[in-house]
This record gives sequence, C-alpha cells and structure tokens, in this order.
Amino acid sequence: MIPMPDRVYLDNSATTAVAPEVLAAMRPYFDARYGNASSLHSFGREARQAVDESRAAMADALAARPEEIVFTSGATEADNLAILGSALARSGGGHILTSKIEHDAILRAVEWLKPMGFDVTLLDVDGTGRVAPGDVASAFRKDTFLVSIMAGNNEIGTREPIDEIGRLCHDRGVLFHTDAVQAVGKEMLSLENVDMLSASAHKLHGPKGVGFLYVRRGTRLAPLLHGGGHERGLRSGTENVPGIVGFAAALALAQAERVDVTSRMRRLRERLMTEVLKIPATRLNGHRAESLPHITNFSFAGIEGESLVMKLDEAGIAASTGSACSSPNLEPSHVLVAIGVPLSMAHGSLRISTGRDTTDADIDRLLEALPRVVAELRAMSPFKVGE
Amino acid sequence: MMYTEKVVEHFRHPHNMGKLANYSAVGRVGNILCGDVMWLYIRVEKDAQGRDIIADVSWETFGCTAAIATSSMVSDLAKGKTLEEAIGISNRDVADELGGLPPIKMHCSGLAADALNEAIYEYLTKEGRPIPAALQARHDHIQKDMATLEERYKVFLDRDATKGKPDEAPSCS
Repeated sequence: MIPMPDRVYLDNSATTAVAPEVLAAMRPYFDARYGNASSLHSFGREARQAVDESRAAMADALAARPEEIVFTSGATEADNLAILGSALARSGGGHILTSKIEHDAILRAVEWLKPMGFDVTLLDVDGTGRVAPGDVASAFRKDTFLVSIMAGNNEIGTREPIDEIGRLCHDRGVLFHTDAVQAVGKEMLSLENVDMLSASAHKLHGPKGVGFLYVRRGTRLAPLLHGGGHERGLRSGTENVPGIVGFAAALALAQAERVDVTSRMRRLRERLMTEVLKIPATRLNGHRAESLPHITNFSFAGIEGESLVMKLDEAGIAASTGSACSSPNLEPSHVLVAIGVPLSMAHGSLRISTGRDTTDADIDRLLEALPRVVAELRAMSPFKVGE
Repeated sequence: MMYTEKVVEHFRHPHNMGKLANYSAVGRVGNILCGDVMWLYIRVEKDAQGRDIIADVSWETFGCTAAIATSSMVSDLAKGKTLEEAIGISNRDVADELGGLPPIKMHCSGLAADALNEAIYEYLTKEGRPIPAALQARHDHIQKDMATLEERYKVFLDRDATKGKPDEAPSCS
C-alpha cells in the first residue's frame, strides 16, 4: 500500500483506529507477558492478573460486577451468545421479540432458532428508526422469554428507548438484551433494566477480535463454545489477553474523554445535517436528535451508494453505504426499508461516522467533495433529479 | 471486494456517457429496486458499403461502480460495429474486456449486454425490419426477467420480514 497521509476516515462505525494509549497498554502482552491466563506459573499469573484487572475496571465503568462480564471474540459472538444461549438454556421453544433494524448478528441468530421451535416477532420502527415501547408491550406473549433491542442503530444512528423497554420486560419477568456495540463509550448506559448487553472493542478505538457480553447475575445461559470452561463456563477458549487489556484501556479512554469527544461529534453531526441537506433531493435517514453522536446517514436521489463511496474514496475520503450492492442478493438495506426510505433512494445512501480524531477540517474535506461527486453521478444517471 | 484497474479506470473516466442527440433507439434495462438501471442509446447509420452500423452510442446509468464501468465498456465495444456484430456482443465479452468482475457483480455485465440488445431490438422494430431469432429470444428473456423481478420484489417488500429466510430474498442477477 502506498501511504496516503491526507486521507480522511469517516467510517468509524465500521471500525476505528486503535488509540496510541490502547496500543501501549496491549504491547507487553504480546511478547513480554505472553502467558496463558490458566497457567499456574508466573507467566500465567501475570496474564491472569491482567485479565482480572481489566474485567474489574470494565465492570466498574459499567456499574456491573466483574463476574457479569463474559469476554468473547467480538460483538457477533456476544449477540449470538445472548440470543442462542438464552434460547438453548430453556427446555422447549418460546417467543422472542426483536426489531426489524437489528444487526444481522441478531436477525440471523433468531432466524436460525425458528426451525427449533422458537417464534420470532420483528417489531416495526417509525420513520426515524425508533421502536415504540408500546409496540413491545402489545407484542408480548405468554411464552415470550427474550426481548432484544439495540441501544443505537449502526446504519442510521437512531437511539432506542432501551430503559423503558427494559423496564417493560422486567415487569413481565422477560429477559432484556441490548446490542450496544455503537453506543458503548458514547452514551451513558444504565444496566438497571438490562440483563444482557453486547459490546465490541474495535468500535471504540480498541483492537479487533474482542468483545464482551454483560450477563446479569442469575441469567441462565447455555454456552456456545465448549472446552476448558473459561469465562465461568460460558465461553471456553484461552483468553485473548492483549485484546482484553486493550478493550479495558479503550473503554477507560472513552469514558475519560466521553464528554469532550461526544460533544465534538454532536457539533460535527449538526454541521453535516445542515450542509449536506443543502444538496438537492437529499434526505436524512434517522433521527435529528435521538441519535448516537457519531453516525449520520443520508440518501441522495438518482444515484447509487457504492458509486458514491467509490467516488469519495478517489477524493481521499472513506465513508460507507448502507446500500446492499455489496451483498449477494442486492436488496436494499433492511434498515432503510424498515424506516420507509423510498426504494428509489434506499440504494443511494451514505453513512458518515466520526471518531475521536475527526476534526472540522475532515468534515470540510467531505463537504467540499460531496456536492461535486453527487453531481457527477447524477449526470450519469437516467433519473434526472430536479428536472 | 476488489475491482480490476480497468474497471476503476472506466468508472473514473467513463466513455460515451450521457444522452445521445438524435439517437435512433434506446434500450432500457434494470430495475431501480435492485440498484441498477441502464439506458443505452444508439444512432444507426449506413456505412460506405451500405451496411447498418452503430455510428454513435451513449448511456445513462444508475448503479454501482461495476454498472458504470460495464456501461462504458459496452459502449466502446458497440461503437462502429455493424448491427450484426453488435448483436454478437455478450456479457462475457464485456466482463472479459474489463479484466473480469467480482462474482457478485457479474450481473452488471449482463445488464450492459442486455441494454445493447434492447436498443438494437427497438431500432429494428421501429424500422419494421425482421428481427433475428437470437435477438428476439434474448429480448423475450430480458423482458420476462424484468417482469418476474418486479413481481418478486413486490412480494419481498410486502412480506412480513419474519417469514422467509434472508436468502430467499429475490436475486437481481
């Protein structure tokens, strides 16, 4: 790869750069303190101590107990453990409630359970992507045992009313899980009404390959991975010690700078909404206010998202599309379809997601390039916007 | 997913883009629901030997990088060809000239070749000329596919998302 120092990265909801502090914390656990945390000798004890301390610090940050944090390979595994683990811990089937805009790690997991005697209801969302707590309440069945609603959507950024939904679940004795991958470190999350919460390190300037599932004490879960009985039997497999240390460092960093970073993100998001919507035939996908601070999603009539991402890439700007031209069946994003984006616009979406390092100058670069590339692509399109 | 340099080059600097003035016929294929629509314009003239040739060609495309690159490539391939030669241009020719396409993008080359087919079909129909059997067969196939797709997409959009597996969703290819 040719180094391109003047590139602008606006795809932080896909993944983030590992922060220097995080990398520094991880380094010794690759080649100096490389022990297996299960070993009895001093190498092992060093690793165990690092895992224990990381777990304790993270639990503290979340107002949880250390034994309630189950480290996984990432959020996909955490989501699967929550959904499949709670289903498989039951005898017989039951009913699961989730929404139409969940991540595929949830949607595919509940789908997989169907032939095993589980029923699934996918709740609608409103035009901004919000799940109505009333819809959750009216969808409860006698056999509903699990509700899973994300804390904030990864494509459009909309925040969900998880406190209220969690309370409804607890009133009925139903487990509540939330995929908080995009929200951890950015939102103040209360675990008061949450039984399970999924998180991933690489979304908050930590390393890839490590996540966790918070599991409230007393929650019955069946493990998906069987072996040496790590993570209190819930997740066998040698602990990813550098990853866990990195995750703890990333979470600590995110907590320490949360107010500064998220207020900057909110300001940049306001700028984006004001400026990008000046481009004709453009819409905001999501909610203006009830949103995670770092994700903004737009649709541009008459053009297709992948082309737009490619054109921006040429201009040195990395963003992404919710459009599914990259998926084998080419259907538009399930999230955009669920919020009722007209199909003529659902393919022309652009997701801009900021990180802790994103500056006004980065947004300036985008705002300079975007109207130009939108116009270029519209000139190629048979759908003449505004004619 | 990686595109060849040739695909990226055609995407960045597409040839024959826009709507042709004085076009003889247009082929319209694709479906906005699938994320790609291609309109291909041709101007047919007689050459010195009195043969029908595609004197000029252009296109307007809504679609991904591959859709735009294949539009550009099919226009290059068709330009200056006799109608008979142009009918012979296949989706494989378009993809090969671009140095290949990622597997999930192969349908884009099909779309480009289809658009050319449909433009020639419209031209011959307008002129009241006989339609070669191969062109007719391909036209019927394209039209049937587009109708099926629209029908299947309706089902997809109306369906309760809890019914049907994600991989039962319609394929646009």
